[in-house]
Amino acid sequence: MSDFSLWIIVKNLLWATQWTILLSLIAFVGGGIVGLVLLFLRTSQVKWLEVPTKLYIEFFQGTPLLMQLFLFFFGVALFGIEVSPWMAAGLALTLWTSAFLTEIWRGCVEAIPKGQWEASASVAMNYVEQMRYVILPQAMRIAIAPTVGFSVQVIKGTALASIIGFVELTKAGTMINNATFRPFLVYALVALIYFCLCFPLSWYAKRLEGKLNVAR
Amino acid sequence: MSLVSIRDVRKSYGTVEVLKGVSLEVAKGDVVAIIGRSGSGKSTLLRCINGLETYQFGAILADGIEVGGIHANMRELRRHVGMVFQQFNLFPHLTAAENVMLAPTVVNKTPKKEARAIAAEVLAKVGLSEKMDAYPSQLSGGQQQRVAIARSLAMRPKVLLCDEITSALDPELVNEVLRVVEQLAKEGMTLILVTHEMRFARDVGTNLVFMHHGKVHETGKPKDVFAAPQTPELQQFVGGNG
Repeated sequence: MSDFSLWIIVKNLLWATQWTILLSLIAFVGGGIVGLVLLFLRTSQVKWLEVPTKLYIEFFQGTPLLMQLFLFFFGVALFGIEVSPWMAAGLALTLWTSAFLTEIWRGCVEAIPKGQWEASASVAMNYVEQMRYVILPQAMRIAIAPTVGFSVQVIKGTALASIIGFVELTKAGTMINNATFRPFLVYALVALIYFCLCFPLSWYAKRLEGKLNVAR
Repeated sequence: MSLVSIRDVRKSYGTVEVLKGVSLEVAKGDVVAIIGRSGSGKSTLLRCINGLETYQFGAILADGIEVGGIHANMRELRRHVGMVFQQFNLFPHLTAAENVMLAPTVVNKTPKKEARAIAAEVLAKVGLSEKMDAYPSQLSGGQQQRVAIARSLAMRPKVLLCDEITSALDPELVNEVLRVVEQLAKEGMTLILVTHEMRFARDVGTNLVFMHHGKVHETGKPKDVFAAPQTPELQQFVGGNG
């Protein structure tokens, strides 16, 4: 097995890492957009909008991400629609992320004092205007740290996409291991790369949290 | 015709009835001071007028719009009914001028430049011209409350509701806020105030409403009512307040 030098293993893992990063970005940005829409529905005080939103969130928070990936990958195929691992992984992770971000952000919105809602209502602003100009600018400040913190979960979540055949960091590790039979080395390297992606983010989230606590 | 017409309004929280049939007519230019013990329903009544609270029976008409009615245009109503709160509730992420400009630009679609001129005008009126670019956290309580008044005035309301607006202030800051309100009253603004400032109610008010147990217990010209309260409850209330 000496024809697989350490460098080749690392090079291949790093090549696969770009797909992990890309999938994370798609999930995070897509999930952020969907999450923002859901946040508006969830906090709208309109019952028929809130209930389905709540069900959606409960579903994605209450079932394993792996099951969601399977449902998208195999389930949609039942309807005769061809789903690539890319599509399934991107979509499942986006929706999964959106459910968690909505709940994180809802907590931040609810942390804004009621008086802010009343004051903005009393000058005739409607719900969307209140959110956009009064509530969200304040909620965003407190949302940054937990949001950045959650991005770590998204990156780690992409590892599950390996199971439906999406070649990202974990899948590449498995493939390389199958060729080299050096599982400890390979998976140690995989873990190290994940750590290098995640640690700066969680460190940054911690720092932001500290900063905001001082400002308050 | 009354500017604000409250007709037999009843409101309950669960089984507790907090408004037990309140009727009140407010004409243009009136300065109505509502007094009463805490829990007498005076703040709730005030908050019903601009729809921050709902009521179950009766009707409130403000500027001809039925508050909370099925077809009521609450946005239109709130453009004409301003409110100032006990806790100021300024938007902390905006400067004084931006606090004032927000509703005119967003709700009335007033151009920025024009809105800035409105802000300058109303902030001058409350004596805070030099604080236009200060954030709420940089202002004293009295200054914050005056910005809150300016924020309401910027919408050119026909009636201004004031909910215990000096209760959260240090005693030495109360007068600067009351002076602003008194000036508004002199200029003919219709005001409905829930207040604990008895002297202010007597000197500035045109009508006094004493609320007790969710009802209008006694009402009349402030000077008469204070000089000769008719009901034992008001006698006791006024006596206790000096």
